[in-house]
Amino acid sequence: MTYRPKLAVFKFASCDGCQLSLLDAEDRLLDVAGAVDIAYFLEATSRVVPGPYDVALVEGSITTPHDAERIREVRRQSKFLMTIGACATAGGIQALRNWADTSEYLKVVYARPEYIRTLATSTAIADHVPVDFELRGCPINHHQLVEVIAALVAGRRPRTPGHSVCLDCKRRGTVCIAVAKGTPCLGPVTQSGCGAICPAYDRGCYGCYGPVGQANVTSLADHYVNAGTSPQQLVPLLRNFNGYAPEFRKESERLAR
Amino acid sequence: MPAAFLEKCQLQTLFDALRGDGYQVVGPTVSQDAIVYDEIRTVDDLPRGWTDVQEPGKYRLERREDDALFGYVVGPHSWKKYLFPPLTTVAAADRTDAGWAMSTPAAAVPRYAFVGVRACELAAIRVQDRVFLEGPYVDPIYKARREATLIVAVNCTQAAATCFCTSMNTGPRCTAGFDLALTELPAGFIVEAGSDRGTALAARLPLREAGEQDLAQADEVRERAVNDIQRRMNTDGIRDLLLGNLEHPRWNELATRCLSCTNCTMVCPTCFCTSVTEVSDLQGDHVERQRHWDSCFNLDFSYMNGGLVRNNVRSRYRQWLTHKLASWIDQFGSSGCVGCGRCITWCPVGIDLTEEVAAIRETAS
Amino acid sequence: MVANPWLSHTVRIAKITDEIPGVATYDLEFVDPVQNGSYRFLPGQFNMLYLPGVGESAISLSAHPDSRGRWAHTIRVAGNVTQTLARLGTGATLGLRGPFGSSWPIAKYHGWDVVFVAGGIGLPPLRPAIYHVLDHRADYGRVTLVYGARSPDTLMYPREYDRWKAAGIEVQTTVDRATPDWKGNVGTVTVVLDRLPLARPDRTVLFTCGPDVMMHFTARSALQRGLTAEQVWLSAERNMQCAVGLCGHCQLGPEFICKDGPVFRYDRLAPFFRVEGL
Repeated sequence: MTYRPKLAVFKFASCDGCQLSLLDAEDRLLDVAGAVDIAYFLEATSRVVPGPYDVALVEGSITTPHDAERIREVRRQSKFLMTIGACATAGGIQALRNWADTSEYLKVVYARPEYIRTLATSTAIADHVPVDFELRGCPINHHQLVEVIAALVAGRRPRTPGHSVCLDCKRRGTVCIAVAKGTPCLGPVTQSGCGAICPAYDRGCYGCYGPVGQANVTSLADHYVNAGTSPQQLVPLLRNFNGYAPEFRKESERLAR
Repeated sequence: MPAAFLEKCQLQTLFDALRGDGYQVVGPTVSQDAIVYDEIRTVDDLPRGWTDVQEPGKYRLERREDDALFGYVVGPHSWKKYLFPPLTTVAAADRTDAGWAMSTPAAAVPRYAFVGVRACELAAIRVQDRVFLEGPYVDPIYKARREATLIVAVNCTQAAATCFCTSMNTGPRCTAGFDLALTELPAGFIVEAGSDRGTALAARLPLREAGEQDLAQADEVRERAVNDIQRRMNTDGIRDLLLGNLEHPRWNELATRCLSCTNCTMVCPTCFCTSVTEVSDLQGDHVERQRHWDSCFNLDFSYMNGGLVRNNVRSRYRQWLTHKLASWIDQFGSSGCVGCGRCITWCPVGIDLTEEVAAIRETAS
Repeated sequence: MVANPWLSHTVRIAKITDEIPGVATYDLEFVDPVQNGSYRFLPGQFNMLYLPGVGESAISLSAHPDSRGRWAHTIRVAGNVTQTLARLGTGATLGLRGPFGSSWPIAKYHGWDVVFVAGGIGLPPLRPAIYHVLDHRADYGRVTLVYGARSPDTLMYPREYDRWKAAGIEVQTTVDRATPDWKGNVGTVTVVLDRLPLARPDRTVLFTCGPDVMMHFTARSALQRGLTAEQVWLSAERNMQCAVGLCGHCQLGPEFICKDGPVFRYDRLAPFFRVEGL
């Protein structure tokens, strides 16, 4: 009999886009539903089966004291914990608060800030509990998600490529916009997963899948600065959905100095 | 066949003849602010009046002062995308009642006519021939495509700042490996045949005999390309130089600049590294083995027994450069570099291998 | 018509023999009887075993070189392919491409003394060569196997040692960690090798297979004992994908491990063998 893991999907601070990617798997969704026992997935079904779970997919970052506690409970309940998406793996776009004064924000946004309990930072799940596998992206690629689930069912290591976006541009024949147009593009230091969409539409890569392994962000940034891009333009480029990923964060903080 | 002359307004007859013979004509065209290789239907698809200006990490299209059709050098694409496609299915497996049934797909072989192949690119195709056709094992996909391909070369009449074919003895003059070779003059083309197939094709074109003045002019424009080339790479003893300096401090210095992003290997017309990925449905009853371009710059390229053999940029850049310029000679009897300069232009941070080799030579042990 | 190097042949698992924890020997037979009748290999060569949907893995044959009808592959559970294989039972099918690569040139050393040095899972690729010596024992002088493993219970093929000894092969095992009942050598293979009497180093050939670092020190020890680099042969390992020199993965300096190796004469690999990250 085939192994049918008991799957739960948990949401923390996030836009729900990554969970939607699972529902977006369209033609393969029924295959997925057949391959796993969906025990907890509020976005898709009100059926709730209590833990423990074989596999937990965790979306979102930790931004409140309550969530910092809740993720520990999720970890306790889950044999295999996989984070999905830039919020869960790097803190997400909301990690911009990490460079700002959160109490200032609270005063501006809320009439009664004293009712709000929040942390000063938005941080990755792995900063709080051990994570077994990270699936990058803003949002994640549903083909990759299906691959990871297929791998879990088959009991093998998932195949999610770790190369740069450049390789995908070249495979699809996209002319490098950094070289041919002088557009600052994070592709050379960003992990693939999106299929290199933006450069094919004349936009520099935003780094949605986070830093590639052993990313040399400093060399790329120095080159762009020497070629005429100002550090003030590069800082917001680096402080995007994966801005708080260590390699991007270090470089944006160096440029901001 | 003696050199002949084709009026510029008659170039379309070449494309028509090739299409009439069932070839898909591919050649240079302007797209995405660069001169790329794509399907060509008419002369109007060619980059008329455009040229490319190149330097390390930089490429720009510029208007020419004339209407030259082949007045550029080389762009980001190379012909390997046709002969050795970035993605191909090499094998398949189907689950049957009797177990797995294995097969290799019999894909239809496209018949390409390449138009506008430069001397360095002829050399690159020759290099890949040695890799895929002349060793103990033959790659069936490359072989089928290569045999079905017709080549119309075009001599360079100018060079980019990144060109160094004269150092690699691969150009700029097209001497072998083509069916037809053209040299563009303002009024038309000098046409030479390099094969029986080329001679037969030429016989069907409205050619006239090339006059002495035409031939002298062709020599002159080709000489211009030679004189244009400023970049040099000293290849004396380069194999022993690089393999004898595997611990040279320059590799460490390179690691601070190199992004390990794979661009140099992707634009290189001879790089041939690939990986195979299993592609299957969730049930896993039908599986295809897809081969895609890979690169020695990728972390998991050297994965072994749970670890990485080349676990830093230094070792990966060193692998690329020593393979291209040194160990390639042991493996295939020639350099893996043809001096086209693509890796210099298309490196996002402008690393120039000729400079790196010179630096290593300067303080070699 | 040149054979397509990408075509796998369907093989069936005829027999599974558990060796040590995490290691088993799989006897494979071709489903196609013609193929099964014609398949031949040389000691030291390897096959690409293929589990559709999971991938391929390069596995050395550990069979008798004259095997007919089924071929032994001793496999340690390591990556995706071997993990999945470990869950299959007899009768299951998989793909096989091969044999590939160079072989132990054992037959060229008639009249010589032979030393095999193996570490851990490095013994299976040497076993076909050992079997060759057993079958042609009179053609060789003194024959020794030095075999090291982490602990006594991780020594491979222990049931065969008596037969090998009886046929005139000196078997010297050694372990990194002894158990209370272990009475043999303790330490690395080079400790044993350093003490091994070599009556005529100029007529001694050494074949070694194991971790890179073990082979490196084995070769060094052999050279110190008077062998030349030309008398030392080793089997190298790198990431392999195509097995035919067309994918670029397995390069070590100028060598493609898959088609120039895996078996190399030491002098050919020595300049590159222990360069970090090469």
